[in-house]
Amino acid sequence: MAPGAPSSSPSPILAVLLFSSLVLSPAQAIVVYTDREVHGAVGSRVTLHCSFWSSEWVSDDISFTWRYQPEGGRDAISIFHYAKGQPYIDEVGTFKERIQWVGDPRWKDGSIVIHNLDYSDNGTFTCDVKNPPDIVGKTSQVTLYVFEKVPTRYGVVLGAVIGGVLGVVLLVLLLFYLVRYCWLRRQAALQRRLSAMEKGKLHKPGKDTSKRGRQTPVLYAMLDHTRSAKAASEKKAKGLGESRKDKK
Amino acid sequence: MLLLLLSIIVLHVAVLVLLFVSTIVSQWIVGNGHATDLWQNCSTSSSGNVHHCFSSSPNEWLQSVQATMILSVIFSILSLFLFFCQLFTLTKGGRFYITGVFQILAGLCVMSAAAIYTVRHPEWHLNSDYSYGFAYILAWVAFPLALLSGVVYVILRKRE
Repeated sequence: MAPGAPSSSPSPILAVLLFSSLVLSPAQAIVVYTDREVHGAVGSRVTLHCSFWSSEWVSDDISFTWRYQPEGGRDAISIFHYAKGQPYIDEVGTFKERIQWVGDPRWKDGSIVIHNLDYSDNGTFTCDVKNPPDIVGKTSQVTLYVFEKVPTRYGVVLGAVIGGVLGVVLLVLLLFYLVRYCWLRRQAALQRRLSAMEKGKLHKPGKDTSKRGRQTPVLYAMLDHTRSAKAASEKKAKGLGESRKDKK
Repeated sequence: MLLLLLSIIVLHVAVLVLLFVSTIVSQWIVGNGHATDLWQNCSTSSSGNVHHCFSSSPNEWLQSVQATMILSVIFSILSLFLFFCQLFTLTKGGRFYITGVFQILAGLCVMSAAAIYTVRHPEWHLNSDYSYGFAYILAWVAFPLALLSGVVYVILRKRE
């Protein structure tokens, strides 16, 4: 590092980057990803996902192979092959007419669907992807468990009950406060109208009062519901606009 | 006045402690050499040295019991927190409605948890020789205390 040179500081960083890119990243390899375990119910269908990462672009020669090893067995048989854009499905074995290709090489997806599960389908499925020239890599395995009824995962019911009850309680509280807020606002508006009307009654006697006199009983009738009737008649007698702020 | 406040807080804290202990301690059903609760069942050998603890089955009813016990604890803690909030913000003559409502909810939750457990425990616990442990009894004791505490909050009015 030359002293006083501002461009000298990036050089160790550059050296580290170069070193890491040469040593740490794999030169050419495929990494295949699948689920670890899949549960299915008898008679239903199940999707075996398979995805991969490749250091090369997806070529037209890409090939997917699915192998099946029965539970307790030692040999793995090939049940599905995809090459040169054409899927080849097992037509003679145990998976005859039960496999469906749902993958898409462009999306790096090599999934298959197995229909009409049976207990004999318990076992390990291996997904193998070859993307020439990138052919070296690890395959990945997924174990299929077939149940009479798929058991719900632990925690689903727990979370659902807690979340549901808390949500309902929060909702009810919110609604209650909303209704109370609207009601209080309406009360305040009514109060303002009443006091304004009574002030108007004081300053403009005569014809207007007779007109207003027909209106005020409605407001008083409404107020009778919200306050005591005695207070309303008291107001009428006094004829003054007195606003009472009485909160709970 | 201060005595009343203190006694109410003591009651609430007692309910909270009961709920915590009942949820966590492993003594809902005991038998000879095994004890189960909401989260695991442990068995000891006759000499008392070897412990095997397995987590309990993922039965839906057991999960709902776990959920309602947790909910009751949550509601009780919320209620305590809201009580202190309302103590300082409520106007004179006001009632501690929210605090009471949450405490009553906690009581209802613990009751439903204990009831479901009582009815459905043969589904995950198949031993015929058993008796109910003290954590189970604490759950049932917490229920009327929580209801009482909630009702007291609803009736109480704030002074000064």
